[in-house]
Amino acid sequence: MEQIIFYCFAGLLLFAASMVITIRNPVRAALFLILAFFTSAGIWLLLEAEFLAMTLVLVYVGAVMVLFLFVVMMLDIDLAPLQEGFAKYLPLGILVAALITIEMIAVLGASHFGLELVSAPIPHPADYSNTKEIGLLLYTVYVYPFEIASVILTVAIVAAITLTLREKKSKSQNISEQVKVRREDRVRMVKMDAVKPERNEHQESKS
Amino acid sequence: MIALSDFLILGALLFSLSVAGIFLNRKNIIIILMCVELMLLAVNLNFVAFSHYSGDIAGQIFVFFILTVAAAEAAIGLAILVVLFRNKHTINVAKLNELKG
Repeated sequence: MEQIIFYCFAGLLLFAASMVITIRNPVRAALFLILAFFTSAGIWLLLEAEFLAMTLVLVYVGAVMVLFLFVVMMLDIDLAPLQEGFAKYLPLGILVAALITIEMIAVLGASHFGLELVSAPIPHPADYSNTKEIGLLLYTVYVYPFEIASVILTVAIVAAITLTLREKKSKSQNISEQVKVRREDRVRMVKMDAVKPERNEHQESKS
Repeated sequence: MIALSDFLILGALLFSLSVAGIFLNRKNIIIILMCVELMLLAVNLNFVAFSHYSGDIAGQIFVFFILTVAAAEAAIGLAILVVLFRNKHTINVAKLNELKG
């Protein structure tokens, strides 16, 4: 049963990946990439990595791929010149891909990592929590890398906003004008007579 | 039962497909970025498979960090892409040759 699921998901994953690299429309390529992420999340569930599978769906499908789709649809791209050289580089691409595959299978194939050499682990019981295990390790042993990861995300936010900010239309700060400002520029003094406040009816009824 | 080599070969196939994708779509920078994401996915698959079969959860922690860095990379890459398109009105890699490197 597990094998059937694995081969179905593997076939779907390879199909989606090959559609990503061959299809002409970038929007459809992004949609097939979403399919690839979903199926690999399924494969990660087979490997008992539930937390990472959910993270893949949430972060990649929910955020990164939506960003991709947003950018692809926002840019008005002329597709015709981008397709040049597809047939020209097809033999070279297939050759390189086949070579990489053959080399990797020679190293990673069943002769080195087969079932008789690396036995399949015993499945965890139903009350085993993968998220809890990752959390226990992440917040103790790997707490400094975790902090650095958050700094990297902050840098990414700042970089992305700074790159795409348009100076003229947005509210940008001018430091020298801010320093030069005097009280007369900002505060307006108004002379007015003292006003006696009217008595509140609510208070009147109370007293 | 599924052997570890099955997962590793799947990762290898996925990786070489995305390498071929960079060769085929060398003009379109969006597809190149998507191929880089696919490569990272293939590497992550290997990490998760080794982590499962060796019973060590540290591999999954590493995948977590790779996901973080890949998300940052995608955000900055797409921001650069938007600025590039705004200035040059094309995303053709062959026309971005001002540096003459």
